[in-house]
Amino acid sequence: MGWSLKRSAMRGLAALAMGVVLAAGLAGSADAQKARNTVRFAYDQVPENVDPFFNNVRIGVIIAHQVWDNLIYRDPKTNEYKGQLATAWRWVDEKTLELDLRRGVKFHNGAEFSADDVVYTLNYVANPANRSTTQSNVNWIERVVKVDSHKVRIITKRPFPAAIEYLAGPIVIHPAAYYEQVGPKGMNEKPIGSGPYRVVEHQIGRSITLERNPDYFRDGPKPQPTIQRIVIRFIPDRQTQIAEMLSGGLDFVMNVAPDQAQQMRVVPTLQIVSGGTMRIVFLNLATTERSPSEPLRDVRVRRAIAHAIDRQTMATQLVGQGSQLINAICFPAQFGCDASQATVYNYDPAKARQLLAEAGFPNGFEVEFHAYRERNQSEAMINYLRAVGIRATLRFGQYAAMRDQIRAGRAAMAHQTWGSFSINDVSASTPVYYKGLDDDISRDPKVIELLERGDTVTDPQQRIAAYRQAHAIITDQAYSVPLYNLVTFYAASKDLEFNAYPDELPRFWEMRWK
Amino acid sequence: MFIYTLKRLLLAALVAFAVSVLAFVLVRLTGDVAIAIAGEGARAEDIAAVRQQYGLDRPLVVQYVEWLGRTLKGDFGQSLYFKTPVTELIGDKIQTTAVLALLSIAFALILSIPLGVMAAVWQNSWIDRLCLGLAVAGQALPNFFFALCLIMVFSIGLGWLPVSGADSWWHFIMPTVALGYYVTPPFMRLVRAGMIEVLNADYIRTARAKGLPPATVVLRHALRNALVPVVALTAVQLGFLLGGSIVIETVFALDGLGYLAYQAIAQKDFPVIQAVLLMLSVAYVLLTLGADLVNAWLDPRIRVG
Repeated sequence: MGWSLKRSAMRGLAALAMGVVLAAGLAGSADAQKARNTVRFAYDQVPENVDPFFNNVRIGVIIAHQVWDNLIYRDPKTNEYKGQLATAWRWVDEKTLELDLRRGVKFHNGAEFSADDVVYTLNYVANPANRSTTQSNVNWIERVVKVDSHKVRIITKRPFPAAIEYLAGPIVIHPAAYYEQVGPKGMNEKPIGSGPYRVVEHQIGRSITLERNPDYFRDGPKPQPTIQRIVIRFIPDRQTQIAEMLSGGLDFVMNVAPDQAQQMRVVPTLQIVSGGTMRIVFLNLATTERSPSEPLRDVRVRRAIAHAIDRQTMATQLVGQGSQLINAICFPAQFGCDASQATVYNYDPAKARQLLAEAGFPNGFEVEFHAYRERNQSEAMINYLRAVGIRATLRFGQYAAMRDQIRAGRAAMAHQTWGSFSINDVSASTPVYYKGLDDDISRDPKVIELLERGDTVTDPQQRIAAYRQAHAIITDQAYSVPLYNLVTFYAASKDLEFNAYPDELPRFWEMRWK
Repeated sequence: MFIYTLKRLLLAALVAFAVSVLAFVLVRLTGDVAIAIAGEGARAEDIAAVRQQYGLDRPLVVQYVEWLGRTLKGDFGQSLYFKTPVTELIGDKIQTTAVLALLSIAFALILSIPLGVMAAVWQNSWIDRLCLGLAVAGQALPNFFFALCLIMVFSIGLGWLPVSGADSWWHFIMPTVALGYYVTPPFMRLVRAGMIEVLNADYIRTARAKGLPPATVVLRHALRNALVPVVALTAVQLGFLLGGSIVIETVFALDGLGYLAYQAIAQKDFPVIQAVLLMLSVAYVLLTLGADLVNAWLDPRIRVG
């Protein structure tokens, strides 16, 4: 029995369930949770280890930011950097970042925070022998040295201006003595951080219960939390999560499917909120001599493709509220995502046909179209291409299979998406596809040089200028068709106050019951 | 009997071996495991490193022999995802699955025996047809669908039972019904057929002629004999339930072996997939072997054939 059949049957049932809720006039038991000041949240994936350096799943990132603190904090509303465990920082030279550390911060086990914690944590995770999961998060660190009890220096392997963003994102600080004693395995079983919530129970694979940290330091960028308890349960089936929401067994879920979110809007005890995410969507074209499709080597053909796709309609109709068009291969809020000089191709099928004719393909051509997620969007693009004569055949498979094809030079067109690991800096997006690395299928030497400069120059203005120019070339040459960002839907109890952010990180410390 | 037992044991060992090969090969046929482990955005050198680190660059036969050697010593290796010994993971989860399977088989028996008896006693009446209808529905309804129907009625509509989790006995009610109902039909048909055969036997006619009350005849004299084949079937179905719990555990978020298998498949955590597959199939083979031996012991005709 196919899983798609299962899924559609489940969807149908979920819709019916909505009817049952309305008919029964259920008030839900959210009021009880409100009185207990608890938020019950479910996620479909179990993190392999909740130690933030030893998982690469979204729920891991979510738990990391509740239980641990970073050195630097990025305000999600203004994108401004503020001091969290560090109070000030400066580049001493292009490879040395010096940080002053906050005094009076305590870990959940009572240990006092100091330079030793930063030195031990960062040196430990940067050592490849310790096999932290996402090496790119830490492999820019050469070593970390203690200057005094509350001052450290991070020495990078190469000039790495995006360091600040990494210190504000995936890199948290562990209590040195405890971490040295228990290691990542012990950290998973009994997590200890310094964040606004402390872990009171971890039933591995089942649930994690967090409680407000009463000793959380004041004057930091994260406010004192008001919700007393957060219960995070792992429920693998999304339909079950929705059933729990409908029956009042949960207060908050994310990643609700768009059609189900639409149906759930009628439930009076719930609120449905959609928010744009950092995951961008683009159609990547293979343009080198290795390209399996000869026509794609002609810039006029690539521009025709860009003109053929009505991305605004796709964003509105297929993605949903909160989706924005992008004009460069990066998320607009990322530092360096400057599309001011990018070429924008409006939807113009006539122009597309004309460009194809000029390039010598008045009757179009045949091409393979590789994709791995949001199949409806792939199919929409294929239809738009057909309308101008490009006969694309869908090759839909697993992400790994598609990437194999791309790297082997067998994919002419790839419907790509990229989440940048929530890093708010262009160095985490554009270079992945255009800096001559494995997934670069256009390999423009000028673009490679510009991106290299943007990634390594420390002066912010020079960085922006380099990236801006790279985006201008990429779009002028139409190496890719930039489309839009994806959207995530949240379902929550009506009385829960929360904000949806593009980094898909629910901030429980700022949530409250109305 | 000795020769028969030996033959069955040998066959069971062969089946277990074949399953171990299949478990090993199937996982690898689903795509490059190294790429799956390396994750999104991995560079070619990351993938190569993973391949080397896990010994995936060696010939498949070598990998298999090494795995089999370790497995026979009781070492299933480390989970790629959770980075803990597979034996430990399975030990944590097996209890939930065993409880669920036993509850489900008990539920199936409690439901099917009376229904089977009624269907036989009132053969070809509306009661018989109703029982047949129930049996057909049980077999035809996919269990995930039935599970969601239960959730809709008893959790969302009536608010009587919790939707998911394994915190109390209440949490086991719906999974038990959903899983148990699925194996009810074979029991019901077996009881019905056995009862019909027994009810026409001479000794039952004698019992009736003696003037014993009908209930005594049916329950004491007939049912006892009709239940003999059910014992063997119970063993086989129990093995089936252990495997069938993958979907049910996932729907109800019960943290058992089935749920572990589901996660492992999603993460391409092949040491875990192999271990769970092997364990479930060995359990199935052993239970079937037990059933065969019991049957042979009860009925000499089988061991001669």
